[in-house]
Amino acid sequence: MNDGDSTLSLILFSGTDDRLGAAAILATGAAAMGRPVNVFLQYWALDAFRKARVTADHGAATEGGPAGAALVHESQTGERHWSELLRQAKDIGDVKIHACALSMELFGIAKDDLDPLVDDVEGVAAFMSDAATGPIAFI
Amino acid sequence: MTLTETAVTKTIDARGMACPGPLLALIGAIRQGHVGDTFAVLSSDAGSKTDIPAWCAKAKHEIVEVVDEGGFVRFVVRKAH
Repeated sequence: MNDGDSTLSLILFSGTDDRLGAAAILATGAAAMGRPVNVFLQYWALDAFRKARVTADHGAATEGGPAGAALVHESQTGERHWSELLRQAKDIGDVKIHACALSMELFGIAKDDLDPLVDDVEGVAAFMSDAATGPIAFI
Repeated sequence: MTLTETAVTKTIDARGMACPGPLLALIGAIRQGHVGDTFAVLSSDAGSKTDIPAWCAKAKHEIVEVVDEGGFVRFVVRKAH
């Protein structure tokens, strides 16, 4: 396996729509190019995957200011929403989304509270095991 | 009408779709098509100019034609396998 085919591992920490949107784009691109994608949801990103609020307004990073937040909000509609993009990524490729066991406990979240996009609950060592063969990005 | 236009199996009008929407639409069409089918994708997304050729090279499908139509690009891709 050469580097172009190695697993892309994404650790999603931030729960704002801009960062989730950027992560979804990266995951989709990697999946389209035939690379396995290994996603680990921690803290605020995990919170954003609660099925009751996946499509809620999660705001944007502060550097964009109110105008940036409005722009992000407008871009996250319908088919263009990060959750839809991730659904398409899973449809075209090998994309696994894991919830961090510690974050689940910290926020009192049960697997049933999460959107079906999330495959399972996983400890950090299992994630690192899957991440061993390629780069890791923290978003 | 050019020669390739007459041979196109299906045209996917992805104009107005944001990156990577046109590529995803092409991938979906290729997956459902038959070997030898040709698909035309119309895209106004700047990312498609790099993404569709990169994907075709990787997935080993043939780019038959790339035409800048002014405001959008028409990619014709043949399902090779």
